[in-house]
Amino acid sequence: MTAVQVAAGWSVVAAALMVIGAAVAAGALDAAVDPRSRTVSLSARLLRPVWETSRLLLAQRRATTAADGLLATAGSVLPLLIALAMVAVVPLGDRVVAAPTVGLVWFNAMDVVLWVAWWLAGWGPNSVHPLVGGYRFLAQALAYELPLMFALTAPAVAAGSLSVTDIVTAQKQLWFVAQMPIAAAVFIGAVGAFSLWGPFAHPAGTDIAGGVLAEQPGPARLLVRLGQYALLVVGSAMAVALFFGGGAGPVLAPWAWTVIKTAVILAALVWLRHRIPVWRPEKLMRAAWLVVLPVTLLQLLAVSILAAAGAAA
Amino acid sequence: MSAAGIAVFAALAVIAVAAGIAVFVVDSMARATFALALSFVAVGGELVLLTLAYLGVVTILMMVMEMAIMVIFMVMFMMNPAGLMPMSMLHNKRGALAISVGTFALLAAGALAVPWPARHGAVPAPAQTTRAAGEAIMGGQMPVMVGISAVLFATIVSALVLAVPHGRYDHAARDARSLHDRGLHDNARHGGTHHDGTLHDGGDRR
Repeated sequence: MTAVQVAAGWSVVAAALMVIGAAVAAGALDAAVDPRSRTVSLSARLLRPVWETSRLLLAQRRATTAADGLLATAGSVLPLLIALAMVAVVPLGDRVVAAPTVGLVWFNAMDVVLWVAWWLAGWGPNSVHPLVGGYRFLAQALAYELPLMFALTAPAVAAGSLSVTDIVTAQKQLWFVAQMPIAAAVFIGAVGAFSLWGPFAHPAGTDIAGGVLAEQPGPARLLVRLGQYALLVVGSAMAVALFFGGGAGPVLAPWAWTVIKTAVILAALVWLRHRIPVWRPEKLMRAAWLVVLPVTLLQLLAVSILAAAGAAA
Repeated sequence: MSAAGIAVFAALAVIAVAAGIAVFVVDSMARATFALALSFVAVGGELVLLTLAYLGVVTILMMVMEMAIMVIFMVMFMMNPAGLMPMSMLHNKRGALAISVGTFALLAAGALAVPWPARHGAVPAPAQTTRAAGEAIMGGQMPVMVGISAVLFATIVSALVLAVPHGRYDHAARDARSLHDRGLHDNARHGGTHHDGTLHDGGDRR
């Protein structure tokens, strides 16, 4: 596999369209494997993104009293914008939109902006249930962010670089998932956590009428849902670049391997959505800081020793 | 820096200052907090333009996270508990204005008056600036910093371990303790009743 190269300027648009297309496909898959809609025919389920889009676009606008319109709008558009900002540093096969020297830190900074995005989605409408959801998310973010950061540190240490393209190149011999399986698992879990997905959907929980999503009127809700799926897509693609060798693979073109591997991780995340119970932040915090964080640090220690031994040899 | 670079730099500078002013103009805690965050993001962008990509992106990362935590405390500790009503961000207006203007003048004078050193050698490649910044900041102090970071982290973890068993949300342990204190431990799983259906004598002794 040749080194990853920066693609032409128009690839920004191509990357954005691909993320949105993959997000819609993930939505269709989610509808297909949703155990709650078994009674609906498969074809109707697969078209759910179409029905949902038209329903939300036609939905009557609702307004809450004394809402902070500016901040509510920011909360609605930011998840999708953040996903698109992240994908700029995620390679597709041997092409990438931008290859900054600190691509990994950029991805991390953007996932931190999600703290603001989800909290604003909760704060903006001036309504109790979304507000509770926004605070729940910050509690959840405190739980997952440190394990996520140390999981991101592991491939950077192994590759000796903060550049995503360097990390992909460093996996020519061995995919990092073999060397650091715990970091890979923690990263994929954190992707679910910052996308409010499955067991991490407590901030948008049914017990608070949808939480941060509760007061989002039609088009805004469409944007947030699209952003959620886009974050899952980009997170899965980043997992492929960091841990699963990027576009490496036999016979097929590198871009095809990136797409296949991303689709597998994405499908796993989507399938697990309704099959794991939701974790409350305090339970998540206990597991994350007392178990996952120490284990991730031990993983990082092992990776660092291997890297130092490799550098010395 | 190219002409386009200078234009972006100037635009980010204007955003940084304007967002900084907005912190004191808006009448909402949430807006003030995220105006400050926007100001820091613009400063991070300036650092990226100065080829300090790592410091710039880390500034964005740290400051956005910090503001997200700070907004909780701002809303929690302010006079208007729900934080949803408009309120003035300004207290002790004259003193604050004097301090702000004085600090700005001092820093601006410093930036203009300090004899900046000339660059030695060629402009380093972007990847080298991260390493150079790390060595300039940490360099000789690296063993000390590594040691301190381990101590700091151990302190956080031990503080957590000490705090968690008696934590606010520790329902399981607390329920088990109180049940044990009341001698109900073995009967608890039967819902406080005996197998014959009669209420246990301690069942309603709360």
